Amino acid sequence: MDIDNLVRMANRIGDYFSAYPDRNEAEASIARHIQMFWTPPMRRELLACVARDDGMHGMHTLVADAVRKHLAQPATASTGE
Amino acid sequence: MTIFREPDYGTPKRTSSEMVTLVIDGDRVTVPAGTSVMRAAELAGNRIPKLCATDSLEPFGSCRLCLVEIEGRRGYPASCTTPVEAGMVVRTQSAKLAELRRGVMELYISDHPLDCLTCSANGNCELQDMAGVVGLREVRYGMEGRNHFDKASAVAPDVSNPYFAYDPAKCIVCNRCVRACEEIQGTFALTISGRGFDSRVAAGTNQSFLESECVSCGACVQACPTATLMEKSVIRMGQAEKSVITTCAYCGVGCSFKAEMKGNEVVRMVPHKDGKANMGHSCVKGRFAWGYATHPDRITTPMIRNSIDEPWRKVSWEEAINHAANEFRAIQVKYGRNAVGGITSSRCTNEETYLVQKLVRAAFGNNNVDTCARVCHSPTGYGLKQTLGESAGTQTFESVLQADVVMVIGANPTEGHPVFGSLLKRRLREGAKLIVVDPRSIELVKTPHVQADYHLKLMPGTNVAIANALAHVIVTEGLANEAFVAERCEEPSFRQWKDFVSRPENSPEATAAITGVPAAAVRGAARLYATGGNAAIYYGLGVTEHSQGSTMVMAIANLAMVTGNVGRMGVGVNPLRGQNNVQGSCDMGSFPHELPGYRHLSDVATRSEFEAAWGVSIDPEPGLRIPNMFEAALDGSFRGLYIEGEDIAQSDPNTQHVEAALRAMECVVVQDIFLNETAKYAHVFLPGSSFLEKDGTFTNAERRISRVRKVMPPLAGMADWEVTCALSKALGYPMDYAHPSEIMDEIARLTPTFHGVSFERIDELGSIQWPCNDEAPDGTPIMHVDHFVRGKGRFMLTAYIPTDERASRRFPLLLTTGRILSQYNVGAQTRRTANIVWHAEDRLEIHPHDAEERGIKDGDWVGVASRAGETVLRADVTERVQPGVVYTTFHFPESGANVITTDNSDWATNCPEYKVTAVQVMPVSQPSEWQQRHREFAARQQAYLQGRREAEKASVAKSAPERGKVDA
Repeated sequence: MDIDNLVRMANRIGDYFSAYPDRNEAEASIARHIQMFWTPPMRRELLACVARDDGMHGMHTLVADAVRKHLAQPATASTGE
Repeated sequence: MTIFREPDYGTPKRTSSEMVTLVIDGDRVTVPAGTSVMRAAELAGNRIPKLCATDSLEPFGSCRLCLVEIEGRRGYPASCTTPVEAGMVVRTQSAKLAELRRGVMELYISDHPLDCLTCSANGNCELQDMAGVVGLREVRYGMEGRNHFDKASAVAPDVSNPYFAYDPAKCIVCNRCVRACEEIQGTFALTISGRGFDSRVAAGTNQSFLESECVSCGACVQACPTATLMEKSVIRMGQAEKSVITTCAYCGVGCSFKAEMKGNEVVRMVPHKDGKANMGHSCVKGRFAWGYATHPDRITTPMIRNSIDEPWRKVSWEEAINHAANEFRAIQVKYGRNAVGGITSSRCTNEETYLVQKLVRAAFGNNNVDTCARVCHSPTGYGLKQTLGESAGTQTFESVLQADVVMVIGANPTEGHPVFGSLLKRRLREGAKLIVVDPRSIELVKTPHVQADYHLKLMPGTNVAIANALAHVIVTEGLANEAFVAERCEEPSFRQWKDFVSRPENSPEATAAITGVPAAAVRGAARLYATGGNAAIYYGLGVTEHSQGSTMVMAIANLAMVTGNVGRMGVGVNPLRGQNNVQGSCDMGSFPHELPGYRHLSDVATRSEFEAAWGVSIDPEPGLRIPNMFEAALDGSFRGLYIEGEDIAQSDPNTQHVEAALRAMECVVVQDIFLNETAKYAHVFLPGSSFLEKDGTFTNAERRISRVRKVMPPLAGMADWEVTCALSKALGYPMDYAHPSEIMDEIARLTPTFHGVSFERIDELGSIQWPCNDEAPDGTPIMHVDHFVRGKGRFMLTAYIPTDERASRRFPLLLTTGRILSQYNVGAQTRRTANIVWHAEDRLEIHPHDAEERGIKDGDWVGVASRAGETVLRADVTERVQPGVVYTTFHFPESGANVITTDNSDWATNCPEYKVTAVQVMPVSQPSEWQQRHREFAARQQAYLQGRREAEKASVAKSAPERGKVDA
């Protein structure tokens, strides 16, 4: 999927949770939201984008940190990809 | 089966803690104080003759037919206007009363045509009935002399309204129509003009019904006791012979109707008086615009083709279904299990929606299922779940009658939810206060006998800033209901939220620059909402269809919690759902991340229950949302789509993007009643059935589950649920149900909030508001009464983040979109009815200032361009919109409203931001490029439908589907 679009979506999620003063809570919430609503391939692409660390298509730092900290584990049980 | 006629008690029901006992015709009767003698007598089984009285209207006392004798009282009081008193002794029958009543009837009949045998009301005429009841045998005055019905005197009937006729010759001036228009509908379009003998019903200022402000709700026709106001379908076909109670297939009000039938043919749809959502009222769509169901455009034969550039080939059901199944399986073999998915619709019944998600999860083996609620109320589901704990509105519609303050945000009830709009107007006429938050001056802002106390006319896209400002005032001025919050809500979340909204940047003074709304108005509105008594919020797509849609839903829930306006009648958070079964389609697990009952796939216990029941393993990971499906189609990883009842090519944003995605797919299966815009990109067409052709249930905005009952067999031979079952079977996963009631039984077994629901139980109760289970066997009218569903209410932070769609030098205006009364969504249904007389095209509303600046005059063709595309519409120069804002509806595909809207979407749910698009508007002389392409494409597809290989360019114009094709 278009990585720019995925990053844009992730940034918007980040924008919402950035209102939370506790940064750890914000990061965990961002990651939880992505985990709950994004398909595993979408999550993997986001993770790969963070791993490449080449500007990350404009991903906000808060989102990148959330992805690194909380989404770095491979996708769970799904076998359908 | 015969016609079901509800009893008419003559005057409305009264509720009172005080009961009054009186004697009527020798029997003791006990009724609530305030009840009329007429109603008390009817309740006791003694019917009193009447003409001007009916229990949907306040008593009027004009016909003098309901006279009674009351001991100790002089004369003969009208029983309709006389309230009961303790110890009263009433006689409803006596020789004198009989004589008086005959005398009254004699006068009526002396000015009434005696054409009963050829009259359209024959068999259903109260005047005729009353003449019979009082024993009228002669008219001593003769029929000569001055009258309203003979050739010399009669005024020609007004047949201007496409659905009903007004024949003044038959009018007895009982005023029921006038009162229905005022009391029930609240439009005040009718009056009695003239005095004495000249008195006649008049629409508007002595205009035709069509020219007047009449909204064609049908309340006057329903109230008329004679053939004066009569449905044209009854005039044409005669009185119906049987009736079936069913549920309207239009908006989220979910009105209950009696389908009055002759055999398999509908004669008329009459609002069901005992229907708890509509209480006997209706709007022009449900009441009259049902002719689409038998429109010649209906496709009743399955069709297939290999490519969208080929003609359709009519095939058997078996071949079509096997073909679709083979294509889906082939795609999965080649591209993986997740390369296919399904989309269901809010126009489908609960049972159909449930089956589509079951097919996707069990037969496709993935979670790529979504519903059109994605593009309307998905933020409601998310936002209310986060804050209150359940993805649904909190009230019944009737609750509004106990509201003291009503805040309407981003909704236009009198156009979009007209039957609720009428109920709301009634409450406002009784004195409830009104706050409107909307960029446009919707009708509620100022309409007969209703005026908003505050209209916060904000700039599109700034809802959250307004909500934060309202919260700021409530918190900083000490108006919060601290006791409620302390008892019912999470303390840390409240403290955090309170600190957040108290910040200076959230004050009305600071946000005024963003919203355009003066601080004083925001402060006044906040004080009114917080301190005005029972305060209820009603909201619509003007809240959800924003990049911050979910944030705004949570902001609304915060407002309700901080003021303690949750958990009783008259208050609450009320999402007005766009389509009839938005609530139901969401309840049924049609989102890609959750199973029925809003339970996330990752919940092992829930998943295990479904796995055990369905005999499959369910993927625990979320599937693709609709916009993700388009993206995946364009990158080649998503190739096949089963779409039931949804027209994504017209209703989803950024049409050109959607079209490209559809073109990229190898197998698009559309199940619908018409060759809609999406079907033009399909490879398999499975004929769907209308709401008249199937059994099932719809769940309205109140969580009310109502029965849809089959009144005619499916035109194509199979009901939609049967088609889904057949497709699933062909995919190797048989689903065996003998009747939709068995599907509901399965839903009830697997969904805790539905445990007590069954067709039998719905038949028994009329309708059921979920949750319905052991704890609430009769359903739950009001939610969160003693505690929130999630335990404690949670305040969520709602920082205002401006949308990316901002006015710029290139696109200086903000476009917002909405709906009009006579049309419905993509218009597939209403465009195929006579409703087009009110709205035959979508227009662009533009403020006179912006129009003048661009040299645009009313009615001019204007190009509307955004970063997504361009279309051409005619301008409607009006002050309904403010400078800098333009507005259009989206009911006609050729208008291309969604060619302009962008793929900007809600951060949490990807609900598209239909309500804010930066545009430029300029005068033009020809259709846009997209429109020219669309016209050509539509003409070619129309030719393919007729089996023609190629439409000649020269024939394009001729064969293009024309606007205004009517079958009422």
